[in-house]
Amino acid sequence: MKEIQFETIKDAVAKLCIDANCLLGDDVVQAFKDGLKIEESPAGKDILNQLLDNEQIARKEMMPICQDTGWAVVWVEMGSGARVQGGELYDAIQQGVAKGYKDGYLRKSIVKDPLRRENTKDNTPAIIYADIVPGDGLEITVQPKGGGSENMSEVKMLSASDGAEGIKKFVVDRVARSKANPCPPVIVGVGIGGTFEKCAMLAKHSLLREIGSVHPDPFYAEMEKELLERVNKLGIGPQGLGGRVTALAVFIEAFPCHIATMPCAVNINCHAARHQSVTL
Amino acid sequence: MAKKITAPLTAETVKDLRAGDSVLISGTIYTGRDLAHKRLTDSLKAGEKLPFDLAGAVIYYVGPSPAKPGKVIGSAGPTTSYRMDAYSPLLMEKGLRGMVGKGNRTQPVLDAMKKHGAVYFAAVGGAAALIARTIKAAKVIAYDDLGPEAVRELQVEDFPAIVINDMYGGDLYEAGVAKYRKE
Repeated sequence: MKEIQFETIKDAVAKLCIDANCLLGDDVVQAFKDGLKIEESPAGKDILNQLLDNEQIARKEMMPICQDTGWAVVWVEMGSGARVQGGELYDAIQQGVAKGYKDGYLRKSIVKDPLRRENTKDNTPAIIYADIVPGDGLEITVQPKGGGSENMSEVKMLSASDGAEGIKKFVVDRVARSKANPCPPVIVGVGIGGTFEKCAMLAKHSLLREIGSVHPDPFYAEMEKELLERVNKLGIGPQGLGGRVTALAVFIEAFPCHIATMPCAVNINCHAARHQSVTL
Repeated sequence: MAKKITAPLTAETVKDLRAGDSVLISGTIYTGRDLAHKRLTDSLKAGEKLPFDLAGAVIYYVGPSPAKPGKVIGSAGPTTSYRMDAYSPLLMEKGLRGMVGKGNRTQPVLDAMKKHGAVYFAAVGGAAALIARTIKAAKVIAYDDLGPEAVRELQVEDFPAIVINDMYGGDLYEAGVAKYRKE
């Protein structure tokens, strides 16, 4: 049994929150540069250049890329041979999020109640999705998720008779209706299958994939490619001002399905596609 | 070439702006987002004095991240504007002339802009560290309890924005997307 200290987890989570919000991934930066090569709109090119400048300033000054430093969505894979010493895992994560958002001068965006809306002032609670896996490691990923793009997301309960084209129409239409709102160029996370809530989680989890990576299943790799092409024909462009680069990537995660159902979730991520991981 | 404009805005400045114009805003603007808009509207309906003068005012839809020591503000990009649509027409009726945010507005807001002579600008969403450099001073003037949603008075210099909707019905989002849409 491997023992991992409570304080080690707390400090690691705090650092992940700060790094994820201030240091944009190399894959996203490369996607902006690739976008510049295909963007035809002068305004669109200007915006992609501003996003590259912004990334540099954020990195140099350790400032948040975006003022919306998000919900802290935390994915945990805990080895069955690992245990936490000195406290509970969930407490370590929550305290780590509070510490990271305070020490990193990150915005506190969470309210205690959806209707009474009083700020919790430390950005907790984090949303934690934990899984028990073989081994004795503890892998933690922090995925700060902005509210503006979350608002453009949706779950739809389709029927098997709707087929692949039904899924594609829903995904493209969801991006089309989002227009300028979710800070395009976006990353489109798609969950297909599972239950109502499982497919939403698949969509969220798919957003952790590296931009430029190819789906391991050729069927879905082809669907991702087609969806990206269709989305980029919408003409929405960077910041919705018109252009070629509406999305940087479309990612699909599929899961087994009940014979009566075919749920599909679309989780939109803004261009600030932020996540950082650590293995303890 | 960007037009340099000064906030608060005069009626003449608004008349000169057209959808698609790039602008650099200098002067005094105010921050306000969801809950601040609700409180401003409630105050107006109750006949109370507002924390700032609405005449010619520009409201920037932003909830900045906290300032680090030695800085005036943290990252400060725009939030999505449609959530303010329920409140904006009344504010324009009472003198508001400029709104800065991102994303599409609804018809009642566009109608009120024509009626009262107001303009809607977009700043680049997610370019929040870059935009923060144009904010030279910031102080909370109301609703401190709302944290990031408090109303702040900002002094800005060459704050970059683009006119999305002018007072004549021009709409850059509609025009831009129509130009690049395929099929």
